[in-house]
Amino acid sequence: MTIKHHLNDDLLMAYAAGTLSEAFSLAVATHISLCDDCRAALAAYEAMGGAILDGGDDLAPMSDDALARAMARLDMPAPIAAPKMPKHAVLPAPLQHYVGTDLSAIKWRKLGMGVRQAILPTKGKGGSARLLHIPAGQAVPDHGHRGMELTLVLKGAFRDESQHFARGDIEIATEADEHTPVAMSDEDCICLAVTDAPLRFNALIPRLMQPIFRI
Amino acid sequence: MLQAASAGCKGYSVLANKVGNVANGQEMGVGPDFAGLMLAVRDKADRAAYGVVFSHFGPRVKAFLMKSGSDAALAEELAQDVMVTVWHKSAQFDPARASLSTWIFTIARNRRVDYFRRARRPEPEDLDWGASEEPDAADIYQTAEETRRLGAALSTLPEPQRALIERADFGDLSHSEIAAQTGLPLGTIKSRIRLALERLRQNMN
Ligand SMILES: [Zn+2]
Repeated sequence: MTIKHHLNDDLLMAYAAGTLSEAFSLAVATHISLCDDCRAALAAYEAMGGAILDGGDDLAPMSDDALARAMARLDMPAPIAAPKMPKHAVLPAPLQHYVGTDLSAIKWRKLGMGVRQAILPTKGKGGSARLLHIPAGQAVPDHGHRGMELTLVLKGAFRDESQHFARGDIEIATEADEHTPVAMSDEDCICLAVTDAPLRFNALIPRLMQPIFRI
Repeated sequence: MLQAASAGCKGYSVLANKVGNVANGQEMGVGPDFAGLMLAVRDKADRAAYGVVFSHFGPRVKAFLMKSGSDAALAEELAQDVMVTVWHKSAQFDPARASLSTWIFTIARNRRVDYFRRARRPEPEDLDWGASEEPDAADIYQTAEETRRLGAALSTLPEPQRALIERADFGDLSHSEIAAQTGLPLGTIKSRIRLALERLRQNMN
């Protein structure tokens, strides 16, 4: 599998630093699960964090009994680690924490024109995440958006203007782009879409639907 | 996997036996071998080695958290949590993948996300590294060396630029919070961050 469309430096850096919102972090973690190039780039940005931690003369002395207090906690039971998720053909591990492993159990809601969505329960400000299910050959209703929008292909493929996106590819669209992903005609397409702000559709009917379906 | 890993780290076990000497950084003028100390923690639950790691990194983790806006008391508590997690998660330490400072940074970062955002941090799927993969001494050296070179490159930056990277990019302070702290206008801060990153890239090449 060759991935052609990658994360950019801003996203990798913010994710490495831990300053990215949960919804955007989900898209980054899902892409990295499928992309070794970006996994390596993330390791480099984390090394920058390590250099900052270790470098310089910035020390904040701890209290005199700090080590003794830590030592006293070592024998307490360790917090239980999250269970290891099974390999899945469509859903990488970070998504499984939100929707499980059964595609048919996902609670899809109709968006019209055969397109369905499932909003994922990410917390905090800074974007919302959803899965989109687009029937083969069908366009996602034409929309503009505020801020940044990430669209990551999990199954099938879509094209947008002149570019082609397959599993693992991530499209990074900004406010200036009026983009219209169209699912390729041979297979339904499932994507993870993360937006900074609620999508606003250009067509009238979807615009009426927007507040109801929270897209 | 753990057994294979520890078998491949005999050299470090020997080093760990000399914790006393190494910890003082007196041997041939080099600093302590933190990867080796941490492997002694991981493979032998070595509390003396842990003490050395704690004394070095505890105050650094606390300083890092204070740069993110914690007051001293809170930073001390969170640094405690981070350093205890270092012990409990030691099985996950792999010096060929990340230097000890990088690995501890990720634990401190996650604690910060957890505490301040009360949000989940989605993590990438683990790679299958293969059952019999033994850490290679050259890989371990290379990984530590990269972090060291990054640190050296960072230290060549003029202080205001370095401080901005530490506080804005890795410290999770918003640009406007930094503006309030430093008295610099927002536009100046943003352009200085860009400059600093530019310079860092040049230094690394
Ligand atoms: Zn990538």
